[in-house]
Amino acid sequence: MRWACILLPQLALDGVLRHCADPDAPRVLVSGSAQQRALHAVSSSARARGLRRGMPLTAAQALTHGFATDAYRPEDEARWHRFLAGWAYGFSSQVSLQFPHALMLEIQGSLGLFGPWPRFEARLREELAVLGFRHRIVAAPHPVAARMLANGHDGLAIDGEAPLRRALGQLPVQRAGFAPDVATAFARMGLRTLRQVWALPRDGLARRFPAEVLRHLDALLGERDVALESYRPPDRFDPRIELGHEVESSQALLFPLKRLTADLAAFLAGRDGGVQRFDLQLEHDHDARTRVPVGLLTPERDPALLFELARGRLEQVQLPAPVRAIALCADELPPFVPVHRELFDPRPQQAMPWEQLRERLRARLGEDAVHGVQVQADHRPECASLSPLDVPTRREAPSFGAAPGSRPGWLLAKPVPLRGPMPQLLAGPERIESGWWDGGDVRRDYYRARLPTGQCAWVFRPVGGGGFMLHGWFA
Amino acid sequence: MGAVVAIDALLHERQVWRGRPVAPPAGAQPTGHAGLDAVLPSGGWPEAALSELLIPADGVGELQLLWPTLARLSQAGERMVLVAPPYLPFAPAWRQAGVDLRQLQVVRADTPRNALWATEQCLRSGSCGAVLCWPLGADDRALRRLQVAAAAGRTLAFATRPLAVAIHPSPAALRIAIDAAPPQWRVLKCRGGVAPAQPIPQGAG
Repeated sequence: MRWACILLPQLALDGVLRHCADPDAPRVLVSGSAQQRALHAVSSSARARGLRRGMPLTAAQALTHGFATDAYRPEDEARWHRFLAGWAYGFSSQVSLQFPHALMLEIQGSLGLFGPWPRFEARLREELAVLGFRHRIVAAPHPVAARMLANGHDGLAIDGEAPLRRALGQLPVQRAGFAPDVATAFARMGLRTLRQVWALPRDGLARRFPAEVLRHLDALLGERDVALESYRPPDRFDPRIELGHEVESSQALLFPLKRLTADLAAFLAGRDGGVQRFDLQLEHDHDARTRVPVGLLTPERDPALLFELARGRLEQVQLPAPVRAIALCADELPPFVPVHRELFDPRPQQAMPWEQLRERLRARLGEDAVHGVQVQADHRPECASLSPLDVPTRREAPSFGAAPGSRPGWLLAKPVPLRGPMPQLLAGPERIESGWWDGGDVRRDYYRARLPTGQCAWVFRPVGGGGFMLHGWFA
Repeated sequence: MGAVVAIDALLHERQVWRGRPVAPPAGAQPTGHAGLDAVLPSGGWPEAALSELLIPADGVGELQLLWPTLARLSQAGERMVLVAPPYLPFAPAWRQAGVDLRQLQVVRADTPRNALWATEQCLRSGSCGAVLCWPLGADDRALRRLQVAAAAGRTLAFATRPLAVAIHPSPAALRIAIDAAPPQWRVLKCRGGVAPAQPIPQGAG
């Protein structure tokens, strides 16, 4: 048992349904030219109303009404196929998209981690159900056999050659993956199952049918190796959801946004990465777009956190026009390093780690709302303590000459003129004269002064005259 | 009717329950000022609660009061957050006071409402050792929220407010008024004990 096939019978429809607020409403996908539109896929509730695949749209409308229609788009289907491959890549390093509507997974190497197979299979089913895709899963020793058995079975797990032969022998010829004309020819010869085909002499088959038929028969039993093209995860993530109508409030965008961030998290978990920065693109009429950048300080991949951050940014945006589509675009996908956790935390109630809290604060208050404080090697008070996040650190000054207690705890962002009567000078003057090299020339005499109100202030007088300026508080 | 019973006899028979002053638990959060620790019921800051510092004007010594605590917490590896401070913390002075600047974070908030929100988030998260805030125009309800958040996150919370609000009741567990002249601290309220009547001179001990 080396390969599992996940067959996705309603890939295109499920891809559409998972963006609908009400997936139980009847809904069909329509394909074909404008004159001959036919149903390409029907949801279960639409099938209950008598709609069938392949039915002309006019006939369907004559039969019933009140069902929603969407255009079938092969490129969307391919996108969902790739998305699911990205998800499956989290379970196996060999994933193939070679067969349409199906994912092939090499499972032998993954059983040690996720196995045994029944548990592994249950997990696959559970996650697919959460993602919203209908599926059939079959495990078999060879990929082609797994794919063909999935046509008629669900939940089948075959280990060993003899059971495989037995299971394949019962497979109807129409479902064994032959070309339609070959399958018809077999049926007209009175051959209904594969076992009957195997009973025919090989040379006779080779004479009467194209070479692919024998090759396919050999591949089914694993007598001929089939090289499957492996899936390689992309380095960017950019899904897009088209909204069926114009959306004017950010509240209504939250549902598609939640889908997008959950997909992003699934994609990131698959490639064992995190996301550091992503963009939300809100598309309006006439090709106008609003970009909402979401930046994080450390790579993250928790779906709830990503959603909350994106929501925090989105709620602050004023939309210039109604939104027709929403897209999420993530380019920077650095490796994800889980946070180091102590086994015995000193504070057991610690509900939220600091990194998460910091992201939450930044999401609401602004990108540069949270910053540290650092001492810079500069005599000028304005420069000695500047430290927003991204300022490149100059040398850390050991103590830089200031006597203990000679510097105030609070510094005013800009010196202001000192009003009121003459303060009582407690210490000083201390001359600070620096900065001639970068244009911020400073020549001041600093004093420690007590104001009549009892406050202790750090004031200075520019060298060469001028009134006292207040620059800090000894709080 | 008028039987006079000596109170000693009653007490001796153990028929009267007598509230005994419970020995205060060893202070886990000393203020770093011996004179203040001596009068506070828990021997220091009330744990997991809001403490209010009331100042008559800017620059009269709330940092002198807090620096020893901040220095001790930061050296123990706890994170300290200043939410919307009225002025810039001047790094050289904070470092001279013994505060490990790597543990110090400043949160800027544009409105008083956002500042309160950020304070509550920091307190509730439980990932900070101490949170300092300067609530502007905060009402009783807002302070109660902070108090509950501090209890939920088991974090020390300090709110610095103008002295004029001392006449209003407050849900804070501890209220200290700071006087500039003479430099002294007055404990207005302390949960779990009687507020001392005498002011404590600053810098004592």
